[in-house]
Amino acid sequence: MPEWEAVIGLEIHTQLKTRTKMFCSCEAGFGGEPNTRTCPVCLAFPGALPVPNETAVEWTIKLGHALNCRVAEHAVFHRKNYFYPDNPKGYQISQYDEPLCIEGSFVVPGPDGDSEVRIVRAHLEEDAAKTIHVGGATGRIVGSAHSNVDFNRGGTPLVEIVTQPDLRSAEQAKRFLQLLRQTIVELGVSDAEMEKGTLRADANISVREVGEAGYRTRTELKNMNSFNHIARGIDAEIRRQIETWESGGEVVQETLDYEVKSDTVTPRRRKEEADDYLYFPEPDLVPLKPPADLVERLRTEVPELPGARIRRFEKEYELPYYDAEVLNGSAALAALYEQVALEGIDAKAASNVLMNDFVATGVDPAAVDGAELAKLIAARATIPRESFTRALIESGDPDFRAETYLGDTLVADTAELEPLVERVLADNPGQVAAYKGGKDGLLGFFVGQVMKETQGKADPKVVNELLRAKLA
Amino acid sequence: MAISREDVLHVAALAQLELSEDEIVRLTEQLNDILAAVGKVSELDLSDVPPTSHPLSVVNVFRPDVARPSLPLDDAFANAPERDGDLFRVPPTGAAEESVG
Ligand SMILES: [Zn+2]
Repeated sequence: MPEWEAVIGLEIHTQLKTRTKMFCSCEAGFGGEPNTRTCPVCLAFPGALPVPNETAVEWTIKLGHALNCRVAEHAVFHRKNYFYPDNPKGYQISQYDEPLCIEGSFVVPGPDGDSEVRIVRAHLEEDAAKTIHVGGATGRIVGSAHSNVDFNRGGTPLVEIVTQPDLRSAEQAKRFLQLLRQTIVELGVSDAEMEKGTLRADANISVREVGEAGYRTRTELKNMNSFNHIARGIDAEIRRQIETWESGGEVVQETLDYEVKSDTVTPRRRKEEADDYLYFPEPDLVPLKPPADLVERLRTEVPELPGARIRRFEKEYELPYYDAEVLNGSAALAALYEQVALEGIDAKAASNVLMNDFVATGVDPAAVDGAELAKLIAARATIPRESFTRALIESGDPDFRAETYLGDTLVADTAELEPLVERVLADNPGQVAAYKGGKDGLLGFFVGQVMKETQGKADPKVVNELLRAKLA
Repeated sequence: MAISREDVLHVAALAQLELSEDEIVRLTEQLNDILAAVGKVSELDLSDVPPTSHPLSVVNVFRPDVARPSLPLDDAFANAPERDGDLFRVPPTGAAEESVG
């Protein structure tokens, strides 16, 4: 049996979160009653003229910088012609052979080194409207009685990012997408939420025998709306292609949908000639010539990105890769970690608390005062577990002070605990008799009573010792 | 470059137009005439002229990212062949063509 490897390239669409649409001043973004965010431009009334959103162009350049792309000195919008009700003009304004950002690369750090994915291009275009299929026996598109269109989304700025086929597994593709998503979110140009459709990804997939030169026929996989579905969909398609080749068949170039329920891929209906979009330069829009000083200014506005930050955490705080990755799961968590670490407490101990106990509380890291949290973490061995957990839960309150909880020290002083122990025994003569009669399990009951008296602050070890001595 | 009958049929299919035999013949002729007229330009030596997609030398025309009121619903629907509540009603989709990204 030959050994196979997958060859995967991704095409990602991310909706920019500008206030307005790409070519008109209608409000963009989620929400709004159907068709209340429309105008002559985005409904394609005759004679209406598009004017590009300056912020969308700048954000695309910024995103291009984050992808290490070259920003074109001269870029052009093209018309991509096709007929579908989600596209009222009969063409989508997109970019073709002169996109804004070209030839980049994106590094995905991993426990065993970096993997680099080359970026072909990042271009700006407009999103389609939302089509709602009504009626039909199965609810699927085919056989629906009619369709309805809501044009609110139509014309929203959309950046398309195309990678080279540099990914070799479904897992790698998923990791790439997750880091890309976080990068986009931290740039502040898009919410990039797959569930909401503000981030979408299609995969071009082929397989070849290990060592084989060149590429075999690829298919395009669509309709995956979560990172897990993407990984599972790509895996399903890789399996299908390997089976096809091994059984003597041939993979044909086609577009496929991933079906979650059956974990299989199904071909889309063949679209005759539809791949001929007759691209031509959009005559209603003048070319883009991003001035060098603007391009430079936007470069300086790109913050440290999560991929680079993971590597810096490993080095600067001597953390294991895993810790660095988890702590960089959001910019806010990473920033909080750095604030805490700056206070000079043990870096790995701080990491453990943040990754586990703190994350479990669901508190927004951005709301926490790192210096106060550091004080709490430094004292964690001397305060009762409950107090520590409670403090973490309340660490997001604006008036949170660690010292409120630092007083909650464990009471280990025998002189202080002895009278309590004696009282508990005096209050429970029946249980004492039963214990002395052989019911050893009752020791836990007495410990529990003492802990209750002290609101959990007694050092359980000392209480145990005292009880055993008194009951002997 | 001449426009063939196949070219006309291909473009008609893309445009979702059904052409009669007469129209196919007439449009093939007319498209060739138009192309020949435009082709006159290629008689000039244009090797030093960069290709241009625009008659204007203007670049970088933008608008600020500021929202303006959209159309009232009734105006938005004024030209719609069919309306279904607040939605534009269209024939069932999902035939040969499909949306692209
Ligand atoms: Zn509009």
